[in-house]
Parts: sequence; C-alpha cells; structure tokens
Amino acid sequence: MKVTKEDLDNVAVLSRLAIAEEDTERYLGQLDKILTYMDNLSELDTENVKPTTYALPMQNVFRKDEVKESLDREAALANAPLKEDGYFKVPKVLEG
Amino acid sequence: MKYEAVIGLEIHCELKTKTKIFCGCATSFGADQNTHVCPVCLGMPGVLPTVNQRVVEFGIKAGLATNCEINKYSKFDRKNYYYPDLPKNWQTSQYDLPIAEHGWVDIDVEGEKKRIRLTRIHMEEDAGKLVHSGTNIKDSASSNVDYNRTGVPLLEIVSEPDMSSAEEARAYMEKIKAIMEYIDVSNCRMEEGNLRADINVSLRPVGSKELGTRTEMKNINSFKNLEDAINYEIERQTEVLEDGGHIVQETRTFDPVQGITLSMRSKENAHDYRYMPEPDLPPIVTSQETIDKYRSELPELPDARRARLEKDFGLSDYDAGIITSSRAMAEYFDAVVATGADAKLAANWMMGDLLKNLNDEGLDISKSPVEAQRLGEMIQLIMKDTISGKIAKKVFKEMWTNTDSPEKIVKDKGLVQITDTKAIEGIVDEVIAKNQKAVDDYKGGNKKAIGALVGQVMKASKGKANPQMVNQLLAQKLDG
Amino acid sequence: MRLYEKPAHVLHEMLVNKEITSVELTEDVLARIDEVEGEVKAYLTVTRDEALARAKAVDEKIARGEEISFLEGIPGAIKDNICTKGVRTTCASKILEHFVPPYDATVMTKLKAENPVILGKLNMDEFAMGGSTENSAYHPTCNPWNTECVPGGSSGGSAASVAAGTSIWALGSDTGGSIRQPASFCGVVGLKPTYGRVSRYGLVAYGSSLDQIGPLTRDVTDCAHILNVISGHDDMDSTSSEAAVPDFTKALVEDVKGLKIGLPKEYFVKGMDPEVEKAIRAAIEKYKEMGAEIVDISLPHTDYAISAYYLIAPAEAATNLQRYDGVSYGERVEGEDLVAMMTNTRTEKFGEEVKRRIVIGNYALSAGYYDAYYLKAMKVRTLVAEDYAKAFEQVDVILAPVAPTTAFKIGEMAGDPLQMYLQDACTVPLNLAGLPGISLPCGFSSKGMPIGMQIIGKALDEETIIRAAYTYEQSQDYHTKMAKLGGNN
Repeated sequence: MKVTKEDLDNVAVLSRLAIAEEDTERYLGQLDKILTYMDNLSELDTENVKPTTYALPMQNVFRKDEVKESLDREAALANAPLKEDGYFKVPKVLEG
Repeated sequence: MKYEAVIGLEIHCELKTKTKIFCGCATSFGADQNTHVCPVCLGMPGVLPTVNQRVVEFGIKAGLATNCEINKYSKFDRKNYYYPDLPKNWQTSQYDLPIAEHGWVDIDVEGEKKRIRLTRIHMEEDAGKLVHSGTNIKDSASSNVDYNRTGVPLLEIVSEPDMSSAEEARAYMEKIKAIMEYIDVSNCRMEEGNLRADINVSLRPVGSKELGTRTEMKNINSFKNLEDAINYEIERQTEVLEDGGHIVQETRTFDPVQGITLSMRSKENAHDYRYMPEPDLPPIVTSQETIDKYRSELPELPDARRARLEKDFGLSDYDAGIITSSRAMAEYFDAVVATGADAKLAANWMMGDLLKNLNDEGLDISKSPVEAQRLGEMIQLIMKDTISGKIAKKVFKEMWTNTDSPEKIVKDKGLVQITDTKAIEGIVDEVIAKNQKAVDDYKGGNKKAIGALVGQVMKASKGKANPQMVNQLLAQKLDG
Repeated sequence: MRLYEKPAHVLHEMLVNKEITSVELTEDVLARIDEVEGEVKAYLTVTRDEALARAKAVDEKIARGEEISFLEGIPGAIKDNICTKGVRTTCASKILEHFVPPYDATVMTKLKAENPVILGKLNMDEFAMGGSTENSAYHPTCNPWNTECVPGGSSGGSAASVAAGTSIWALGSDTGGSIRQPASFCGVVGLKPTYGRVSRYGLVAYGSSLDQIGPLTRDVTDCAHILNVISGHDDMDSTSSEAAVPDFTKALVEDVKGLKIGLPKEYFVKGMDPEVEKAIRAAIEKYKEMGAEIVDISLPHTDYAISAYYLIAPAEAATNLQRYDGVSYGERVEGEDLVAMMTNTRTEKFGEEVKRRIVIGNYALSAGYYDAYYLKAMKVRTLVAEDYAKAFEQVDVILAPVAPTTAFKIGEMAGDPLQMYLQDACTVPLNLAGLPGISLPCGFSSKGMPIGMQIIGKALDEETIIRAAYTYEQSQDYHTKMAKLGGNN
C-alpha cells in the first residue's frame, strides 16, 4: 500500500473531513490505485524542468490603490449561518 | 553554566495604504464591524484577488531601506490553515520567493554598535478579528468575527537570531519602526497594532554555536511588553535549564499584567501549512529600473541623518541618535533649526524640557503643544539676549498651555531681560550695600563669594537682569 | 418546427424581422422545459418569472424600433458554478444549498449588457468535479439522446439543456474537459477558450490555473457570437489576458485550404471505441477533401497528462474548497467546538468525489509528498505544454477525439474513480497548457449517440479553430439534428 492509515488520518485532519471507520478500507483502496497510477510520473526525468504554475506567461498585474465601495453589512451577512450584532458568529475556539 | 540568550524577531508592519492588499476595501481604523468588507476579502465563492501596487512599492522600499536584495522574481503563495478569522482558510503570503531578502540594520545599545541581519521581508494579508463573549478565548461559548481587518496589507520583517538581550531586541524594533516611518510606508502606531512582533527566544551555553530549543511569543505590541516578555522568558528558561530540565518548543502567551509568559498548551498538531503558489496572482517581476526609481525616492534614513547632524551641527552622537530615532522628531528638529535657531540650543531644548514634558503627558512629538516654529522663535529670543536661559524655562512652561508667540508671552509677562547698564548698576549698588559680609569675603580672597551676590542681583531683578552683565558689573565694582 | 429547435443566430434574425417575439420564444422554451425537464433534469433553478419579464422588456424595445444585440431576448442558461447576483448558486453541492451571491460574475455582467433572457442555473458535477453530472448532490442529469446515459460532465446540465431544447445556448466551465466532453456526448458545440481569454471572476474555483468559462451552443456560429460577448480582459481577474479580442464571427469562413491539421498519434489510443475512431477518421478525410493538409504529429507526454492533471487540479481544489467551513456563508452542521463544526459541515455537506479530490490534493501538498507529487506534476505540466509548442511549429491546429467513447450508461463507472479519470485523457492536456479547444459533432454511433471531435488551437488563436470547425460543420448536418424526446420531432 502506498497510502497508510496514518497518512489518511493525517490528510483527513488537514482536510477537516472525518472518514468513518467502515469507509477507511475502501478509501485506502481507491487512493492506492489512483496514486499507484500516478507513479508513472516517476518515469520522467524532470531534474532540469521548471515547474509551470501559470498556464500562460503573465507578470506584474497590479491594481491602483483606490478605494472601491464595500458591501453593505446586510449583504455581507446575508449568507451567514449565524450572526449577531453585525458579526459572524462561530462556536467556541479550542485550538489557538 | 552561564547561558546567553538568542533572540529573533518577526515584525508585522501594517502598511499605510488606502485599500486592502487584494481588494478595494478601505483600510481605515475603527470602522463599524463588517463594513469594510466585500466578496473578495470575505473569501466568497468565485472571487479573485488583485494586488495593490502600493503594497509592492512599499515592500521594495522597505527592502531597500534595510539593505536587502530585492528579488527580481517574486510571487505569492497560499499558506493553508483553518481559522475563522481567515475566510478562505489560507493566508495569501509569500513563501520561497519573498519580495526582499538578506538585509541588515545597525543598532546601538549603550554606545555599542551591533549589526542585526534580516532574513527576509515578505508581503501578506492580515486576518480578521475575533471578539469573544467570555473573559478569554478558552471559556467563550462562542466568538464573533469582524472581517474589517481581513486583507489589510502587512510586511513581515524577519530577523536572524542575532540579538542577545531585551535591550538589543528593543533597539532593533525601534530601528525598524524608525525606518518604516522615515520611508513613510507605515503609521507604526503600536497601540493600534500597526507594528507587532513575534519573538523567538532560546538559550545556549556561552560560547556554544548550537542553538537551543526556542519558544515563541506572538503579537507583542509595545516596547515595554517586548522587553518584559524577553526578560521573563530568559529568566524562566535559565531556571528550567539550571534545574536540569529542558525547554519545550512551543508558543507562549505573554500576560502584560503579570509580566509573565504562559504555555498555551494547545494541541497544535504540528502545522502543515501546505504552501502552494497562488495560481490567481501572476508573479512580480521587478526590473533594475524600478528598483533604482524606488531607491531614488527614499528619504534620508536614520543612520545617515544622524551622521549628518553630528557633522553639520556638531551634535553629540547620543543627542543625534535620539533626535533621529523617529522621523517626526528629526523633522521637528529640522523645523526648529529652519527658523534660524541655533542647532545646539535646539537639540538641548528638545532633549531637555520638550521631551520631558512630552513624556510626562504621554504625547507624541507630532502632538506637541509647543510647535517647532515657536520653539525656534523662543530660542532666537535667547540668542538675541532678549531672555536668559533661565527665563526661557519659564517662557517654555507658559508656551505649553498658551498658544501665543514667545515674544508676546515675554512681553505680556514682563520677562524681557534687563540689559540697560544703568538699571543693572543701580541694583548692583544696592546689593553691595546690603551684603557687606559677602563683599568682605570676596575682597578677603574668597572669589566664590561673588556667586551669592550675583544671586541677590538676579533675585532683586526677578531674574530679568542679564547674568553676564551682572557678573561684569559686580566684578568691576568689587575689584575697582 | 418549434422555436426551441433553432439556433440563436436564426432566432435573432426572426426577432429583428419581427417574425417572432421574445416572449413567444421564451414561452416556447419554458414549455419545452415543462415537457422534458422531468426526463433530462438539466436545471437546478429555473427563473421563469424573471425570464418572461426580461423577454417582455426586449419586445418593448423592439417595438420602439430600437436595435437589439445578438443575444438580446434569446433564452439561455448558466452553469451553477457561475455566480449570479440574487440567484442561488449551489455548484450542485449541498454545502451551498442556500447560497445567494451578493455579486455577479464578470461574464454575467457582460452577458447582462447584451440583455439575453436568462432561464436559470444548470446542473453539474459538484464543484465541477466529474465527467458525468452524476456527482451532482441534487440529481443526475440525463442525456437527451438516451436518458439512460450520462450527458457527460461536469457541464452536463449545460450540454443536455442545449441538446434538449430547454435552452438555446448555455455557459459552462472547463477545467479538464468539462465543456468539450459533455458537448461531445450531447451532440452540441462547446468551446474552451484560451486560459485568460474569459474572466474567471465569479466562477467558483475548482482548479484555478486550469478553469475557463466557455459557451455551449447548437452550432459554431452561435459559439463565435457568445465568445465575442464573454471574452476580454477583466481588472478583477489578474490572470485574464490583456490581448485584444478579435471579432470571432469574422472567423466564420468556409475555408481550410492549406490549413495544416496535426493528428497526434497518442490521442488515437487502444481502448478507443471503433465507432468514435471511424467518425473522426471520416472527418479527417473530409478536411483533406476540403483542401486541408493532414500532418502526423507526436505529443509524447500525453500519457502523463492525466497523472499531472489529477494532482494539480485536486491540489488547487483542496485549498480552494477550504473556504467552505460553515463560518460566514453556506451550510453549517453544528459541533461541540469550532473544529468539530467545520469537520461536521464538510463531512456531511460535501459529496464523495469532492472529498476524494480534497484528500488527494492535500496528500499531494502535504509535508513529505510535495516534491514527489505536486512539484513533479507541475514539472510534467511544463513538458506537456512544450509538446504542444513544438507541434504548433509544424501545424495550425490539432485534431483529436474528445472522449474515447460515446456517452456511457448512468452508474456504469460508479465505484471506479480511476477508470473515470482515464476518460479525460484527450481533454486534460490542453487545460494543462492553457490552450483553446472546440468540440463539435462529427457523427453518430450505431446506437444513435452523438460523437464529437476536438480541434485544438494555439494560445489566443480561437479564430483558427472556429474557422476549421465552421468549415467542417457547413459540410454536413449533424449539428442540425435534435434528440427525440418528450414526444416531439
């Protein structure tokens, strides 16, 4: 197996996803199959190849420092699951 | 064993742009919650960032002013972590190609110069603000989020761990503050959080080259807290090590009330920020022409200005250091001198009465009730012998609460110096007549006795007699 | 013949000549929705009242003798990952079930300036992740040519509605083939513009460096017209091209004489449906007949493109989708603390495929695997782009299949994500390279399912692929056929 249960648990935390115990095997199987396929990349020598981040070459795209209208607060908060006194409200934070 | 501290600072400096780093929302301080927000800074589905050109300009200028190399190819990256003050759950920052790297600034502590190296300066966005309903973050049942600050532009200025005391760390942060003020990229108002530091502190045996385990204190936003946190942490770590324990690498909070640092004991599952290049923002490619242009726009920086004050005006290194430690102070000095006031007198007055009064009232020099123009006029009155130095102190005190010109104050209060020989002579004669003992002492060889007589004359003239003339006349009469 | 069967350029002429009104047209398309939507299920939201109100306003304008633009009064619909101010935008995800954007995507602003009738929002694979529209959290969409088959995806709702006559035109998005493959499966025309040609502002991000919005239409003519409307630099999208936008309708010219068409051997692979290959070989012959020059070429890194794509797109998606956390918009599933709330929200409200790609993406980006997977994939991306650059030194366009098969049965590939990913072999490479591609009908299978082919162009050279596509289209009548559905035809 390329992907271990520990890997999966770690990635689940990074993804803020819970993977149920009964789904773990299936998940691992699928991931393993996919990542094994992707190993074909290692056939390629990319030692001297530059990575491509941007599909087309572009640079220095800037905006002038000019104020634009903000949303009014009602609109900003309209989709909030929970709000209070013009704030977005969230459950208590345990982790710092 | 003797330990030495190894201290590094990451200073977050809020830039004074009109708009946020990636959207056109205003950055102004103190607006109602969630009123300076738009789909972009709220991280709504579908939005894209756009880079505020000013932020790049300020980043490059900050790099140049701190002797950094400007990266000709720089880019933004996503730093991924979940926190409700971060709407996208990543912070757009810079990872491997920051705008500037490898700089330095010089500090001096008690006359000792030291060079502090800068690792890097990068641009990033600030997060929002969490307001807790309980007494602190941990016992709140819920938190409220205000995204006004989300996207306010920051420079993160990272030093090498080149400092070894709280005093050095303070001097370094003061230097960074001064430079950022001089180049006018930040208001540097620490009470508003414009400038805040994350401090790394570790100890190692004196002479050792290896670094010890470090702890981190985040978001320190005053010089006093900076020194207190470092001093406390050095003391704490020393005790732990001397007791045979070892330091846990962790983030600690500084409690300014008790002056101590506390372990946060959070289950930080070793942050994996999964940095990736920001695909929505093309790279920043800076030409030598642009760098040269920005360099030419930089004002005279603190070190250069200090040297100039010493050279041109003969100020002491200490005085020049204090005067150039903030842009506002240096500009005040220049403005005083520009009125025609003597530079040394200007420096003395600033270092003396002015700073004392400002400190007493906790005022910034920019808010000084005695403006540079009026201080300059007052010094000129001294130079013209209209008032004596001693009277000037009275005038200065009056000027603190009275907006009249020093000339008017002097006139209104009848403080003009008496330089009329006849008038002074009259008082001198009177004093000689009334103080036979002092006269005898003087004539008997105790030349110091003249001091008492001068004092009497000054007292009789209510301080207004020109002291030099008094001295002269007394000597003439007694010796004659 | 009903009005919904006609392409936009015909309907536009009829409006201009006052043969029909926009209300008549809109009512006919809405009636078509009533007739067949139960079978096709292309829509997530139908904005019937707004559509009729708009149509009425256009008719008034025409009655006043004012000139109308090409799209004015012509009913179309929008993939549900394009933000529409005041109209629910779900990305076919439960996590955005009640999300109403407070802003319009730039393409919506541009469209609205042309005053078309917007019928509503179209189904898709959740967050555009998939090639069958089965990953919609609401319902799958069915292929109008055979409702047991998928319409393709992720813009399956867009392709199916244009094919079924429940819209005249539609917008979709293409990250790895999501416009071209459903266009091919549904027998319509779909164009993925050059990366940067169309603003992505307001397109809910999946793979930011790959995503592009494009039109799905009945024919190449409509496609060129809509591309004219949506193209151009946008200050809100820093990756949008500054290049001047030509009038793409000027490329609607029947002429391929001397055009050099490359055939990449790697795209004609084993496992390809012989009927698909036959249809494409026939199209190649047609091009030869019409005077084009066919050149055999090689794009040697094609085999690696799938791997690179399925690392880069999920990595970008993993970060892009981090924002759905139940904090400031979207659904929330409560939990005892913040972390639990975020985790519960994401676990319950994201679908299986979305979660899988988030996991793959975070795996590829996580400490220890970044170099081996993500960085490697970005380097291979360079090699894929270089292949095209070399090929385009020899040829003007590249012709290839869109998908190895015609539309497959609903449920046929469920449970085998890798098999599903491999279907994208012919479409993902040009997203990696940022190139434009158009998919257009080139025949039918023995079972009557549409077959499409793909013409790939140089960066910012949509004109040449439009010309090549138009010339072929005029030589046959595949594009005029409509699916038999709902008792009509």
